[in-house]
Amino acid sequence: MPQTREGGPLEIKVNVRSDGDVSIVELAGEVDVYTSPKVKEVIGKLIDGGAYKLVIDLEHVRYIDSTGLGVLIGGLKRVREHGGAVNLVCSNPQIRKIFDITGLVKIFGIFDDVTAARKALA
Amino acid sequence: MNAPSASAATDVVRLRIPRKGEFVAVARLAIGAIAGRTGFSIEEIEDIKLAVAEACTEAIRFGGDEPDVELVCESSGGGLSVTVLGFVSPAQRESFESVAGEDREPSDLGLFLIRALMDRVEHRSTGAGGIDLIMSKRMHAP
Repeated sequence: MPQTREGGPLEIKVNVRSDGDVSIVELAGEVDVYTSPKVKEVIGKLIDGGAYKLVIDLEHVRYIDSTGLGVLIGGLKRVREHGGAVNLVCSNPQIRKIFDITGLVKIFGIFDDVTAARKALA
Repeated sequence: MNAPSASAATDVVRLRIPRKGEFVAVARLAIGAIAGRTGFSIEEIEDIKLAVAEACTEAIRFGGDEPDVELVCESSGGGLSVTVLGFVSPAQRESFESVAGEDREPSDLGLFLIRALMDRVEHRSTGAGGIDLIMSKRMHAP
């Protein structure tokens, strides 16, 4: 498997857990044109199964591109059709900058930790 | 051993990757190394890496049947210029121009990011009717 300069794999790890009626999707790695289909599949299955309150934890995401953003936007559109919401957890300034310059800070709730993001969905 | 010295010369790195999503990260890491050698800050390097990765992704989308994406990276004391050859194929030009909006905000998020992160972005028509993308970032005085 290719390695990044930092020695981590060029892959994405996706873990899903539930906290009451909120599904928490933990991502680790890089969300790009290659890996975002996997993220899209996981989020799509959650929504298909009736999970409309999502926290997507980007704390361990080193990189996200427009295809990754597109997956998050697509998920948000789908849950909103059911009265749901998506909150993001992201304290990495480089990643937050991407949300800032694309204006996505206006449509996603972005929090520094999972607890705050979870609480805002209650 | 000679000490490193600032030079007005332009160093050119040509990079060719397969037109496949799994190789975009290879271009991103390579351009990060070139940008670092050019002398950009960490934040600027991250901006350049994202812009080039977005350009590769767009080239995969709009580049037609060409098997590879070719990047020409020109590094100098003044900054870095990256040309994506065959960015848009002649057959995809109309489709590209519908989202590119050269005189307005692009509706495509990837193209929007490229313009936001780089100092200058140009489209150059190729003789065959396609488009090359040229993007550059200047070195700012410390």
